[in-house]
Amino acid sequence: MPEEKILAIVTLKPDKVQGGGAPVFVTSGDEEREKVATYLSRILAAQVHDLENGTYILVSH
Amino acid sequence: MGVGGAGLPGTEFWAAILTGVGLGTLARLAMLRTDYRQYPSYPHGYASHLALGVVAAFAGAVVIPALMLREITAVTFLLLVAQQFREVRDLERKTLEQMEETELVRRGAAYIEDIAKVFEARNYLTIFTALTASAVTLALWSWAELRGLVWMAPAGGVLAGTAVILAGRRGLDRVTLGSVCRIRLGDLHFEDTLLWVDDINIEEIGLVKAREDYRRHGLGVVIEPKDDDARATLANLGQRQAIAHDAAAILGVRKDRDSPEYTPLVRLHLDTGRAALAICPIEPDAGPLLAAVRAVPVIEGARTRPLATRPGRRAAD
Repeated sequence: MPEEKILAIVTLKPDKVQGGGAPVFVTSGDEEREKVATYLSRILAAQVHDLENGTYILVSH
Repeated sequence: MGVGGAGLPGTEFWAAILTGVGLGTLARLAMLRTDYRQYPSYPHGYASHLALGVVAAFAGAVVIPALMLREITAVTFLLLVAQQFREVRDLERKTLEQMEETELVRRGAAYIEDIAKVFEARNYLTIFTALTASAVTLALWSWAELRGLVWMAPAGGVLAGTAVILAGRRGLDRVTLGSVCRIRLGDLHFEDTLLWVDDINIEEIGLVKAREDYRRHGLGVVIEPKDDDARATLANLGQRQAIAHDAAAILGVRKDRDSPEYTPLVRLHLDTGRAALAICPIEPDAGPLLAAVRAVPVIEGARTRPLATRPGRRAAD
């Protein structure tokens, strides 16, 4: 069945994200974060999930 | 007339075979019409299935005449034909599996297996119809001939064959979701970034734009099982994928390959067994959406009947 995988992380608060596996894109505002996440989502065909702590993750479903 | 000279079969055999082939073909034709929505790949898919139907009808129609003429080898062809139909099922499955890559909303393995199975079964029903029609024609022949009403024999065959077609259509008729579940529109809304339909959580949607799209175009359907059997069916992942697929196939879905957040999803409410579908259809009409969900076939593999067992019944209350 489906294999979920984090493809990228877009965050306003880099101190809240650790570890490797997926590239972390640090952004400096809501607008930029939204934009970067949208681009990455379309490019990777991945779904954007909001962890509601300043971090978006892009997950392939 | 008896068996013709030099081992040639007599008129009654030809009449029986022709009646059988005719009715068998008719049976396949009648069933092809009903799976129009199920698997629309006409006219070529239509033609090839009809051709296979004729082969099946022929195989069924010759069985009794062959036996009566002591042509036992001819009967063994029936086995070959049955083998052939298992391959039809494989073929059907492979085709659909390959097409999955091109579907925005997948059918899912369970639905594909179900469709392939239906195709195989329909060929068997074709054989059976042809066999019945030809057998009845033969059985009535001498009686009809005695009364000088030879046409009565094939007419009887046609009647018997038609009866088998009608019975088969009823017997093999697929149970639809609407008959085992209550289906109604639900309230699609967000709590922060979580998408809900009524009290059923569907998914988490991160992008602001995607949430706006759902608010503007999205529709939610609540599917409430009528009993615990239906609840078990609804819990099956294949069944739920089939619901999402059919809803998307009939109403269209505002989604492309690179926007997975618009994939229609069916999720369960664990406490009640209810399920909910959230979808962004191209045609946001509630009526047709409900009709589409009601018409989703209950997948045979997902049909379990816990209520038929004693522990199941005891657990139900």
